[in-house]
Amino acid sequence: MANSLDAYLILSGFLFAIGTFGFLARRNAISMLMSIELMLNAVNLTILAFGAFIPALQGHATVIALIVVAVAAAEATVGLAIVIAIYRNRRTPLVDEYDAMRQ
Amino acid sequence: MAIPGTLPIIGASWDDVLFVLFAAVMLGSALLVVTLRDIIRSGLAMIVCFGSLAGIYVLLGSPIMAATQVLVYIGAISVLVLFAIMLTQTKGGPARLVFQTQWWAAAIAAIAIVIILAVVVGSTDWQASAERASATTEAVARLLFDEYTLPFEAVSVLLLAAVIGGVFLAKRDRAPD
Repeated sequence: MANSLDAYLILSGFLFAIGTFGFLARRNAISMLMSIELMLNAVNLTILAFGAFIPALQGHATVIALIVVAVAAAEATVGLAIVIAIYRNRRTPLVDEYDAMRQ
Repeated sequence: MAIPGTLPIIGASWDDVLFVLFAAVMLGSALLVVTLRDIIRSGLAMIVCFGSLAGIYVLLGSPIMAATQVLVYIGAISVLVLFAIMLTQTKGGPARLVFQTQWWAAAIAAIAIVIILAVVVGSTDWQASAERASATTEAVARLLFDEYTLPFEAVSVLLLAAVIGGVFLAKRDRAPD
């Protein structure tokens, strides 16, 4: 099982779907950001699985995954800063109470 | 005492046992991340999820990526998330509703994604080799600093921009005197 590409791909598919559900369903803005991190990790797992099983991609996959990690770190920094800035104005981390544009 | 090559009773190889173990822990803690009511606990479950994912990276034969996962995700991003949780917690404790009112639509979307991905994975011939083989860390370093120099530099500029942007967004506006 640990030697088949399909097992890793399906595992990362499950992780991605869990992240999608969390992003769409949670009310807390930070939970949504954590779900985005889960989805990015699923993508990284896919990249590395392809790199391990397809010889032409061997080193390249690891390099691409490292760059994805750096981009994810930048995204987390800016996303959390935005959440904190909104919290300072609205006094709540729940996204369904950010309805200033509706009124 | 030598460790036997396969698991004594079931006869599965150690790689398979570790894969199933890490996968189960990872998916279980990922489910906890999206379902727990107390957001601090879901932040801690996220750390467990990242840790077992690092184990899967080791199984894939990529120790440099596992080390990066531990350093960046467990060491940096999780701490950042936990700080943000503590800065934005309201006094009344966790919210009464964990999910928004249309969470069933999100569940349907997630299940549809799993089914579509499983069908695609099952029906495609990836021309994969039967054995895992991974590049050594030295080969990765040669690629990173030779062929991928431009993306490497772009990432450093991106990180600088993210640092400045994060400080600018999160800093408190000075009250007018």
